[in-house]
Amino acid sequence: MFEYCADPKSLEGLVWLSCYLTSGTHMQFYASFGTVLLLLAITAPIALLFGFGGALAARSQVPPLRWFGKIYTAMVRGVPDIVFFMFVPIALDQLFEYLRSRVYCDTSVPVRQGSDFVVCAAAKLPRATSPEWMHDAYGFFLAVLAFSIVFGAFAANVLYGAMNAVPAAQLETAEAYGMTRRQMNRRILIPQMWAYAVPGLSNLWMILIKATPLLFLLGVEDIVYWARQLGASKTSSFAYPHPDWRLYYFLAILIFYLLMTAISERVLRRLMRHLTKGQATLAGEAMRKAAA
Amino acid sequence: MKKLMLAAATLALTAGMGLAAPVRIASEGAYPPYNLINDKGDLDGFDIDVGNEICKRAELECVWVKNDWDSILPNLKSSNYDAIMAGMSITDERKQEIDFTQNYLPPAASAYAALSADTNVGEGAVVAAQTATIQAAHVAESGATLLEFATPDETVAAVRNGEAQAAFADKDFLEPVVAESNGELSWVGEDVALGGGLGVGIRKSDTELRDKMDAAITSMKEDGTLNGLIEKWFNETGMYFGPDGTGVPKAEAKITPPAS
Repeated sequence: MFEYCADPKSLEGLVWLSCYLTSGTHMQFYASFGTVLLLLAITAPIALLFGFGGALAARSQVPPLRWFGKIYTAMVRGVPDIVFFMFVPIALDQLFEYLRSRVYCDTSVPVRQGSDFVVCAAAKLPRATSPEWMHDAYGFFLAVLAFSIVFGAFAANVLYGAMNAVPAAQLETAEAYGMTRRQMNRRILIPQMWAYAVPGLSNLWMILIKATPLLFLLGVEDIVYWARQLGASKTSSFAYPHPDWRLYYFLAILIFYLLMTAISERVLRRLMRHLTKGQATLAGEAMRKAAA
Repeated sequence: MKKLMLAAATLALTAGMGLAAPVRIASEGAYPPYNLINDKGDLDGFDIDVGNEICKRAELECVWVKNDWDSILPNLKSSNYDAIMAGMSITDERKQEIDFTQNYLPPAASAYAALSADTNVGEGAVVAAQTATIQAAHVAESGATLLEFATPDETVAAVRNGEAQAAFADKDFLEPVVAESNGELSWVGEDVALGGGLGVGIRKSDTELRDKMDAAITSMKEDGTLNGLIEKWFNETGMYFGPDGTGVPKAEAKITPPAS
């Protein structure tokens, strides 16, 4: 980055460090913090949406829908994350490519050749001729989808519990007023359940923040990958040789994670205060008394 | 009508040309000097140099892809890339899953590194090796307790902090580590030759690519450029290719240094 960095072996002390910390790999390390934040920002709302759908499905009065909701939450929660992340993105990718191959390829050629999965060039996702950023974006998309499915299942269970925690008397009163089931859901159930759901969801959010190292299984380079890569001892065949420095890199990541946790806790506390206002819960009651 | 057919023929031809998509080659980037991430953040190393030369000779356009070692085989079989060059040894177990070209590095020696030269590495010892490698399989068979790690660097760290008594890895990887440890690490016992050398991993259904790359490797062995690349990346004691394609010491090999 700096001009004096042309010959790193001749440098010493702080000058060496300034060159070291601005090398190409370090720039990618800094950028990976952005990747992680972007993943969290996209995954959290989508996972919440999946969870919401799953919880509503599990409470549905239509049996097939209810079965789907229950099977989704039970199955996905039972599979270990690392197995899920090895299997699901590849399976999803093959599903998309299979569907495309039925449209764009000669359908007489089987997609399974021995143990290989092969589709014609027109059906590949992304196309082999696509620029590298398309491949990266597609990997990122699969990562978001896999994370959303896993965390959606956990969120569905939290929301399902929260919906059941809303006092039955309130729903019965709504029914007595002549509301339809849909009106009951929208006016009584959903506004009140958040107060019960947020503690469980905040747990999930914290776990999601720390689950990003699974990204490299999908080819997305996250902060833990780079910390391990950069901290590993480098012999003199590298421009910047150094012993095992993983401790320092992981300390830097630790600070990042602690900061994320501290900020999240603050935001969630405010959100919780907002949601419990006027609720018939212990916290809501305490707020009412304090104001009076 | 003739014009229409001509147009159709041109279209078919150009469409056929459009099929010449780049060949995507995956590597791990955590196994110097075979493959590593250089300070610019790009893949570099012996595998990458050999791969680029193969592509040049086979007239293929190649793109390098970074992939985790754990998922490197499933992603190849799922066609997310077309070849693997990641210091992968040719073994019978892997041959059931994928195909290999002929080797582009003779069967290399693996070695034990430990804190002292008289460390026990057999029955009752704890030995660290990288997951899903021929070294890991060898340790498991030797009667020692196998301690697996995701990257080779962690196996050495495990020896340094006492978690394992010895690390077992390719000697070419351990060589600079041991040499630069200021006497902290030393070799234990004899070197062990494992596997059938390094090969390019290719899908079983992709025989066309395998043949092309095979032919390129043959020509590189014949004119000595492959030996030149071995000389560039490995130490003096490494194995080279003799005229008949088997491993020979450096003195008997014909070596053509790389152009740049």
